[in-house]
Amino acid sequence: MADIATDQAFVEFERVQKSYDGEVLVVKDLNLSMPKGEFLTMLGPSGSGKTTCLMMLAGFETATHGDIRLDGVSINNIPPHKRGIGMVFQNYALFPHMTVAENLSFPLEVRKIGKSDREEKVMRALGMVQMQDFAGRRPAQLSGGQQQRIALARALVFEPELVLMDEPLGALDKQLRETLQFEITRLAHDLGITTVYVTHDQTEALTMSDRVAVFDDGRIQQLAPPDALYEEPQNSFVAQFIGENNTLLGIIEKIKGDTCEVRLDDGSIIDAKPINVTEVGQRTRVSIRPERVEMDKTRLNPDAHTLKAEVLEFIYMGDIFRTRLRVAGNDDFVIKTRNAPDQIRLTPGTVVDIGWMAQDCRALDA
Amino acid sequence: MGLPPYATLGQRIWYYSFRVICGLIFFFLIAPIVVVMPLSFNAQDFFTFTPEMLRLDPAGYSLKHYEDFLTNPQWQLAMKNSLIIAPIATIISVSLGTLAAIGLSQSHVPFKGAIMAILISPMIVPLIISATGMFFFYSSLGNWMESTLGLDKGFVGYVKVILAHAVLGIPFVIITVTATLVGFDRSLTRAAANMGAGPVTTFFRVQMPLILPGVISGGLFAFITSFDEVVVVLFVGSASQKTLPWQMFIGLREQISPTILAVATILVVISICLLTTVELLRRRSERLRGMSPG
Repeated sequence: MADIATDQAFVEFERVQKSYDGEVLVVKDLNLSMPKGEFLTMLGPSGSGKTTCLMMLAGFETATHGDIRLDGVSINNIPPHKRGIGMVFQNYALFPHMTVAENLSFPLEVRKIGKSDREEKVMRALGMVQMQDFAGRRPAQLSGGQQQRIALARALVFEPELVLMDEPLGALDKQLRETLQFEITRLAHDLGITTVYVTHDQTEALTMSDRVAVFDDGRIQQLAPPDALYEEPQNSFVAQFIGENNTLLGIIEKIKGDTCEVRLDDGSIIDAKPINVTEVGQRTRVSIRPERVEMDKTRLNPDAHTLKAEVLEFIYMGDIFRTRLRVAGNDDFVIKTRNAPDQIRLTPGTVVDIGWMAQDCRALDA
Repeated sequence: MGLPPYATLGQRIWYYSFRVICGLIFFFLIAPIVVVMPLSFNAQDFFTFTPEMLRLDPAGYSLKHYEDFLTNPQWQLAMKNSLIIAPIATIISVSLGTLAAIGLSQSHVPFKGAIMAILISPMIVPLIISATGMFFFYSSLGNWMESTLGLDKGFVGYVKVILAHAVLGIPFVIITVTATLVGFDRSLTRAAANMGAGPVTTFFRVQMPLILPGVISGGLFAFITSFDEVVVVLFVGSASQKTLPWQMFIGLREQISPTILAVATILVVISICLLTTVELLRRRSERLRGMSPG
C-alpha cells in the first residue's frame, strides 16, 4: 500500500520539520502526499505553520529535517527559480514598473521563449481571467480584484504543473472573493493543475478544495475532504475551527460500541459518539453542530436523552433562525433552524427540550 | 496655512516671526552664493564691487575671468582632472554602495550594525583624519603599484584619487539606497525567482528599476562629493591630479584671481542643471513604479 501511494504522489512531504531559531519547531513532523491534479488547502490559524510549509515547497525556506519531493524527486537542494512552481502571493507581487503584458511575459522571457509564442501565451492567459483589455495597463491602475486576476494569470502563463497560492484572496471584499474562489477552482480543474492553497478562511477551504489539511501547532490535525472535515472532525481543535460548534464539557459515563453516555458538569446525561475517547471516567468535550440539534422529540430515538434549555435570544437571519440557549450552564449554545412556514419562532424565556442523534454528537478530547 | 480667526496675540507674533526666521535662513544659505555671481563679471582683478559696477556701468563688467578659465592651462588641467576623477569615482561608489545596501538589507546578515557603521564612517570621521590615513595607505599602495606592477606614475596617481573619492562617496549611496529598499516589497524578488528568474536577472529586471531613484540620488551625492573635494585630493594626489577645488584653493591662497568666482558661478550652474535633471529622472522612475498617476 505504502509503495503505491508513493508512486502516485506528486507532491510529498516526509517527516518535515522546520525551525527558524534552532529551538522552537514551527513545523513538527509533517507528512503529506498529494496526487497529481488535486486541489489541497492548508487551513489553520496564523502561526500554525501552514505558510512555512508553502514557503518550503516554493523553496524560499529550507526544511530543517525531512524530505520534500516533487514528482518523486527530492527538491530540498533545488533553488526556487529552478523548481518551476507557479505562485500567487497574498499582496499580488506584481512588478509595478511593468505593464500587465510585461508582467505576464516575464516568466516566458526568462525561459527564452520566442516573441510570437510569448505574445500568444500572454493573451491566452489573460483570456483565462477575462483581462485581455488590460494588457497595456500598469498594476497601479487596476483594482485589487483585477490585480489578483493578473497575478493568477502570471502564475499560470508558463504552464506549471504545481501552483501555490498564499492567501490570495485575503485582501479582497466578500463578493469579489466569492467570484474569484469560483474562478480559481474552475481554472485549476480545467487545466488539471495541482494546487496548494493556503488560507485561514474556512469557507474558502470548504468550498474550493478536494481535500483540506487543518494545521495547528505545526502539525496537520486532520486531512480530509471538506464534508468529512465538517461532519466528522477527529479532534476538538478541528471541531472548533471548522464551522460553528456547540461544545459541552463532561465525563464519559459508559461506552457501548459506537455510542456512549456523557455526564455533563451539571449532572445531566447526554448521548454521543466516542471519537478519540476510549475509557470510562475520561474527561471529554462533546461537540454538536447547531443545525443538528432537534427540538422535535418525535424525530429522536425513543430512549434518547434530552436536555432542558432556556431560550436567551432569537435572531432572525432571513434564510435561517439562530436561537441562543442556556444548556447545562452554557450560555452560548446555539441552534439553527431553517426558515420554513411551520417553523416555530421561539421567544426568550421559553424552556424547551432539546436532543440529538447520538452519531451527530461527537465526544472528543477535552 | 493661513492664520485662523481665533489666533491669540502670541500665536500671531509667532506666525510672523516664523516667516521671518525662515526668510533669514534662506538668506544666509543663498546670499554668499549669489554675491559671487555678479562679482565674477568684474572688469577689475578685485574681489569687491567697484564703483562702476555699483553704478551698473557696462564698462565695469567683463567676461575676462571666464575667458581666463577657458584658456589658462592650469584651469583646463584641473577641469579635465575633475571630469575624469568624479565620474569614475561615482560609478565605483554607486556599484559598491548599491550592492552593500542590498546585502545589508537581507535579514540573515550577521553584525549588520557594525558593518554599516564601518561603511558609513568616512562620512562621520573628520575628513582631515580620513585624509591622513588615506595618505599613508595610498602612498604604500601607490609605491607597490609602481614598483611591483610597473604601472605609470600618472595613472597610479589617478587610481589613488579615484579610489579615495569612491570611498568617500559610498556612504551616501548606501544611505539613499537603504532608504529606498525599506519600501521595496521583498515578495517581488520571490515572485521573480518563482517564475524562473535567477538572482542576477531578478536584480537587473526587478530590483534595480525599482530602487533606481535611490541609486540616482546616491550617485548624485557621490559625484558632488568627489567634484567638491579638496582635502583628500591634496593629501593623496600629486600636482598632475589637481582637481577644480584644488586649483580654486591654491588660487585663493596664492594669487586671489576672480577667475575663481567665474569657476564658482559655472559650478553653481552645473549643479543646478544636474539637480534638475536628476529630479526629473527620479520623478519619471517613480511614475513608472506606479506611485503617482500618469
